[in-house]
Amino acid sequence: MSTAKQRFTLAAAAALALAATSLTATAQPRTDLVVGMALEPPHLDPTAGAAGAIKEVTYANLFEPLLRVDADGKLVPGLAERWTVSDDGLTYRFTLRPNAKFHDGTTADSADVKFTLDRARAADSVNAQKAYFAPISQVETPDPQTVVVTLSRPDGLFLFHMASGDAAIVAPESAATNKQKPVGTGPFKFDRWVAGDRVVLVRNPDYDGMKPKLDRVTFRFISDPAAQVAALKAGDIDAFTLFSTYEALPEFRNDPKFVVTVGSTEGETILSTNNARKPFDDVRVRRAMAHAIDRKTLIDGVLYGNGVAIGSHFPPHREGYVDLTGLYPYDPAKAKALLAEAGYPNGFDTTLRLPPPPYARRGGELVAAMLAEVGIRAKIEPVEWAAWLEKTFKGKDYDLTMIAHTEPLDIDIYARPDYYFNYRSERFNALNDELNRTQDPAKRNALYGEEQKVLAEDAVNGFLFMLPSVTVQKAGLTGMWVNRPVQANDVTGVSWK
Amino acid sequence: MRRRLPLSLHLGAALTLLLVAMALLSLLWTPYPAEQVRVIARLKPPSAAHWLGTDHFGRDVLSMVMVGARNSLAVGAAAVGLGLAAGVPLGLLAAALGRWGDEVVARLGDLVFAFPAVLTAILLTAALGAGAVNVVLALALFNSAVLARVTRGAALAVWRRPFVGAALALGRGPLSATLVHVLPNIAGIVVVQATVLFAVAIVNEAALSYLGLGIQPPSPSWGRMLGDAQTYLFTAPLQAVFPGVAIALSVMGLTMLGDGLRDWLDPRHRSSGVM
Repeated sequence: MSTAKQRFTLAAAAALALAATSLTATAQPRTDLVVGMALEPPHLDPTAGAAGAIKEVTYANLFEPLLRVDADGKLVPGLAERWTVSDDGLTYRFTLRPNAKFHDGTTADSADVKFTLDRARAADSVNAQKAYFAPISQVETPDPQTVVVTLSRPDGLFLFHMASGDAAIVAPESAATNKQKPVGTGPFKFDRWVAGDRVVLVRNPDYDGMKPKLDRVTFRFISDPAAQVAALKAGDIDAFTLFSTYEALPEFRNDPKFVVTVGSTEGETILSTNNARKPFDDVRVRRAMAHAIDRKTLIDGVLYGNGVAIGSHFPPHREGYVDLTGLYPYDPAKAKALLAEAGYPNGFDTTLRLPPPPYARRGGELVAAMLAEVGIRAKIEPVEWAAWLEKTFKGKDYDLTMIAHTEPLDIDIYARPDYYFNYRSERFNALNDELNRTQDPAKRNALYGEEQKVLAEDAVNGFLFMLPSVTVQKAGLTGMWVNRPVQANDVTGVSWK
Repeated sequence: MRRRLPLSLHLGAALTLLLVAMALLSLLWTPYPAEQVRVIARLKPPSAAHWLGTDHFGRDVLSMVMVGARNSLAVGAAAVGLGLAAGVPLGLLAAALGRWGDEVVARLGDLVFAFPAVLTAILLTAALGAGAVNVVLALALFNSAVLARVTRGAALAVWRRPFVGAALALGRGPLSATLVHVLPNIAGIVVVQATVLFAVAIVNEAALSYLGLGIQPPSPSWGRMLGDAQTYLFTAPLQAVFPGVAIALSVMGLTMLGDGLRDWLDPRHRSSGVM
């Protein structure tokens, strides 16, 4: 019904536009946008959930953290218009925008920031990235526009973390109900949520910053790949982000009505390996697996070539990246030799657990076939997200699994003693401590390089590829992000030609 | 005088034989190893080298359909076999015991019927993990309830007939009467029902594998082939056709076989009287 109506409106608009061009000059550009997403968010509070879809709807559009990450991955002002860091890296002073308001009309001041940060680091916090807030020892509010945050230890990534959706500033009046009725400070405000179908945001007329060109943004959720393609072709969707039906891309590329962009995400896709469990506690076995996996075929088979291989846990588009993809070239004979050396001349049986995304289910099937070539018989076990999080991620009860780690600059997870890789390395931890004490960008990048080398030498996990950020959009739309430096569909700069 | 066999029996038997032959052949020979991945040769249309083309990983579709037939038959046979082994004795027992025994079996059946077979299978795989064994268990549970009910109904009708009463009067015990008089007289009905349940089991296995809960990769399954093909409906529509046709023909064959058997065994269709 609504689709038919929409199509009729489109047709009518097109007819009108034609008539208008013949008579006078040009028609008014559209001011609404329909964004397609594969997954529906479970709720709309970015400070209370790990699901990427929450941030993809709300980040920068509806909620603002103190700082924001822009399309190029740089830190830009968010709710704070400027900030300073003390020389010892322990004191951060944020100055907020003077006229910032929440969508319910209340002012957004330093008390709200203090409330947000204290709530996120509290013992009963449900924030998905509690570790981001762990270094905070004190939050002070000398005046309504100033927030002073004191850390207990230096944290080189603190500003970066404060720019994540998990650090979105919320108000005490609305924090409890943000899941269903989000109230933020962003240029768009919540209009309605039709469960299973769409979330609608409208322009916030009282926004104190730069006003967006769009006045209405609809996020539509379509999980079925064939339906995604059909919706794009029917014109129901203006831009589909994180499009993963890669085999349909040639068709869209050849169609002048569409523009296809392929950028990078922060999603290092890896074959996570339980380093504490036999036989994966033997580095020779892990190196054998690295030699057994043909990344090129994998990227071709899963992403139809739209991906970049990695040799460690670091994205190639970031400064500090070291290319380690040549360390373990595809070599089944070498893999077999290493397995024999480790005491498994006939290979071994293991289990490969796969969460629902296609890159994991498809990629896992290919990885299992490649491992089988060298004698590693991996039984495939598909699981749902809840079960994966519970058993694999939290319970650490697994052999192998395949997953994209989409948090930006997350190489420090290898230093966490309780992380599900069960990896422990004095060398890596020392590097990570030094990184946290270091502010100089060049030195930081060098340390990142050292960390990548340690992980690659230890072959901690199977390092496979970067998940691409593919957007299929209508020609005439400008300002959509090509890359995904954070999980976001920031449409504040989007407009129609 | 020989009766004419129903046409549906001929067609059904032929299709079922074809299915069984394909499954058996796959044990000895397939054009390619069904699990052999060759990404470079993916999504190829039918050709001399690959009669039914290749799938999204470059696997030979004909080989996958053949091994898929074997997997479908194995799941169907196990689900129906277990169902027979549990359901028929239960139904016979209910009919022979009468009263409370009958009541207990009937209520147990109601409990199973409260959940559709596919839902039971989804619940079971959610609790115990996806895989062929759990699918077989769930379908067997459903089948045993159906078969118990059918057996009980048919057996009760036989129990009421005079010759059973006569046998009892002559001193046969209930067990002996069941085995000698009841079972042979209901065998036809049970066989027909089992054939139909076989078809249902194949459809349900395909449905569950389509959802990713049934037979796990790398072992091919028609249902999963359909599920994979769904992504390619726009780019390689043929991918969905072959597993779809395989499922449709098998189910049609088994259903027609069941229908034909029923017509053939039904006493009302018989030309000469004695049962």
